[in-house]
Amino acid sequence: MRLLKLVPDDTNIHFLKWRVPFYSFSTLLIVASIALVLIRGLNLGVDFVGGQQILVTFTQSKEAPVAELREQVAGLGYGEPVIQIAGAQNEVSIRFPLPEEVAKNPAASDAMTTKIVKSIEAEFKDARIDDLTSVSGKVSGELFSTAMYALGFAMLAISIYIWVRFEWQFGVGALFALVHDVSLTLGMFALFQIEFDLKIVAAILTIIGYSLNDTIVVYDRIRENMKKYRKMQLPEILDLSVNETLARTVMTSLTILIVLVALLLMGPASLFGFTAAITLGIFVGTYSSVYMAAPILIWLGVDSHSFVPEENVGDKADALARGEA
Amino acid sequence: MLDFPGWKKVWLWFLTLTAVAAALPTIASLSGVKWPEALPGPQVNLGLDLAGGSQILLEANTSQVARQRLESMEEDVRRVLRQASPAIRIGDLSSSNGRISFLLDDATQVDRAREELLPLVNGSGPVREWNLEVVDGSRFVLTPTKNGLEQAISNAMDTATEVVRKRIDALGTREPTIIREGDTRISVQVPGLSDPEALKSLLGQTAKLEFKLVDVTALQSDIVQGIAPPGSEIVPYAPGTPLAGTSIAVKRLGGIRGDSLTNAQQSFEQRSNQAVVDITFDQAGGKKFADLTAQNVGKPFAIILDGQVLSAPNINEPILGGKAQISGSFTAESANQLAISLRSGALPVDLTVIQQGTVGPELGADSIRKGLLAMSIGSLAVLMLMGFTYGRLGLYANAALVVNVLMLLGVMAAFKTTLTLPGIAGFVLTIGAAVDANVLINERIREERKRGRRVVAAIETGYKEASRAIFDANITNVIAAVLLFAFGSGPVRGFAVVLMIGIVTSVFTAVTMTRLWVAGWLRKARPQELNI
Repeated sequence: MRLLKLVPDDTNIHFLKWRVPFYSFSTLLIVASIALVLIRGLNLGVDFVGGQQILVTFTQSKEAPVAELREQVAGLGYGEPVIQIAGAQNEVSIRFPLPEEVAKNPAASDAMTTKIVKSIEAEFKDARIDDLTSVSGKVSGELFSTAMYALGFAMLAISIYIWVRFEWQFGVGALFALVHDVSLTLGMFALFQIEFDLKIVAAILTIIGYSLNDTIVVYDRIRENMKKYRKMQLPEILDLSVNETLARTVMTSLTILIVLVALLLMGPASLFGFTAAITLGIFVGTYSSVYMAAPILIWLGVDSHSFVPEENVGDKADALARGEA
Repeated sequence: MLDFPGWKKVWLWFLTLTAVAAALPTIASLSGVKWPEALPGPQVNLGLDLAGGSQILLEANTSQVARQRLESMEEDVRRVLRQASPAIRIGDLSSSNGRISFLLDDATQVDRAREELLPLVNGSGPVREWNLEVVDGSRFVLTPTKNGLEQAISNAMDTATEVVRKRIDALGTREPTIIREGDTRISVQVPGLSDPEALKSLLGQTAKLEFKLVDVTALQSDIVQGIAPPGSEIVPYAPGTPLAGTSIAVKRLGGIRGDSLTNAQQSFEQRSNQAVVDITFDQAGGKKFADLTAQNVGKPFAIILDGQVLSAPNINEPILGGKAQISGSFTAESANQLAISLRSGALPVDLTVIQQGTVGPELGADSIRKGLLAMSIGSLAVLMLMGFTYGRLGLYANAALVVNVLMLLGVMAAFKTTLTLPGIAGFVLTIGAAVDANVLINERIREERKRGRRVVAAIETGYKEASRAIFDANITNVIAAVLLFAFGSGPVRGFAVVLMIGIVTSVFTAVTMTRLWVAGWLRKARPQELNI
């Protein structure tokens, strides 16, 4: 049986030739994403801003009667709710800020929930209440900051590890690729105003984990080739390494995408936003490992002597860098 | 590299089979097969987002602990100094700004007073609970130490958690999770409970029960203005009672507290068919109750719950048997709730709900069903792709992938880990990483074959060279997972746990297990050619 080859054997694409336009483009995207997040802001879910969220499924209809629902709920006197389609067309999420008096009287939030639910159930016979969440402002602030700390610390610690195992330039490169992935993902969330909640933080972490995997595989090959071909120029080594690992990159991305697409098409609606974020992130992550993490090494000035043991110098860092420690 | 001593083989197979066996109960339950009860059946806990249910986060009012501590210390100081022989006379005893101060009548008694107060100040535990200062010769100032206060709060939280557990157990729901979170919070998760209201009203009740004599001398006009006669205090009627909105005056001292109960049951009062709560005192409490009622026949006494009057019936005759009945416009449900609360004891601190959530059971079941279907179809496609791409080695990788999924489930079940929706993402990432390890190895073997190495040498080099990248990639993911667990909360933690376990099982299966299988094949078949 002839086996499948996704990447032909003698593939030799000059990735590095395009580094300046690609880099400019990516830097532009990063800046645009950050600007988007700052100007438009993220559509933070109740996890992070506090408030109440009610998830309603209309079991008998194809499409949720959003306009009627809005009118009905707004008429209750709690202000204008944020109503969004959540996943499938017949599922909506209704969001309200918590009433002011909740600080003094915690029961106020309950009373509000009960009133809203009762009114929906009375008006729409096929409404099924699936999820009720209420988060006080105090908790939501903490949730947001711990999530952000976790993200920040994880990115930093990973870069430090790569610095120790490789060279500082690689650490910076990996960090840059991570920043690229995270900011682009956040940018997309800001652009499309997809709800950003704790689950999405987990999605971003998945992207980081995946992108990092990619980056390290490329870096490992660069390190190996730098030892093997001492006379070769750095851009050539980078091109060679990316090409050599291309078959693996394509194969791995494909397999993980298969699982994700299956989840997107057949998985539960409640996972849609989450899976969509990861799927987009896989593309961004693969791209950044090839076009961000590798070329930056040229500008940071990686020395091909870095990984070659100097004569009579058997120091620990070197042994570690050679992966023999 | 490809040599495996016999003991290692046995050990690897043993590990694999144990983990797979541990996964069986979970798989059985997810696919709806009934697991025989005779067999041990640890299962992966499904998070509320998958199983449906309610969760609430309670926060304790810790300033209350500080205040209560101050009040009881004030009492203790008064009592200890009065009981000293000869009694030490003090004046101007007051607690304000979080500290207690008093003036000694006789300044020469300073040392004796200090001696008497020492046991109170030092407390019973290893930490000193109060700081004692003497200013201007005869003024004592007691300030709570930070450690002492922390310990008191911690004790109160332990008790509160225990009380919460008892109350929820009384609801009879299955497998609630009650965890203390941080210093002042308690997280409660009850799978399968779709009405959090019952839960909240059950936990919102401090259940501090008191019986106090009504001060019949108080003038109604004074009560309305909130003025109580000396030695009395004004207490409002509880909402829902017939006299709600009004207040009465009760004597501050000489009452009985409900913390000496041995039992509380909901029942119906025979004449009016009203829901009531029957309570039983322990011996000491019963005697006090008998004394109080015997001395005050014909007078009304107030039944006060959490600072609100439920009812104020007249004492018709002494109540001697240690049993009493609480009436107060209950429904059968609210009476039952009060009975549960009274049985499990009063909360040492008020708890406020600061976060709550309910996931309908349909949504959870739907998520699981669709999630499982999607994952199965996706995985099947991946297995086929791997087989078509890498041939025999791809099949080994596939077998490893299946074992990996089973092992991951098995380990999670053994540790009673909770699987949540984000946990499923961790699962996907793990599968991705496991596939990637084999892709790395197999691509490398391809390269080495292309460079002209012989089959065995190519496979050896493939495993050796790929291991380095696999190692680095997984270590960085471990770092990420550990930090996420340390700093993250809720779903982020669930993700981190799955990731940590998944990294270990995927490296084990993708690298070690496949190597064992490949080595066995190489020894047996001694292939000269490798279709890769």
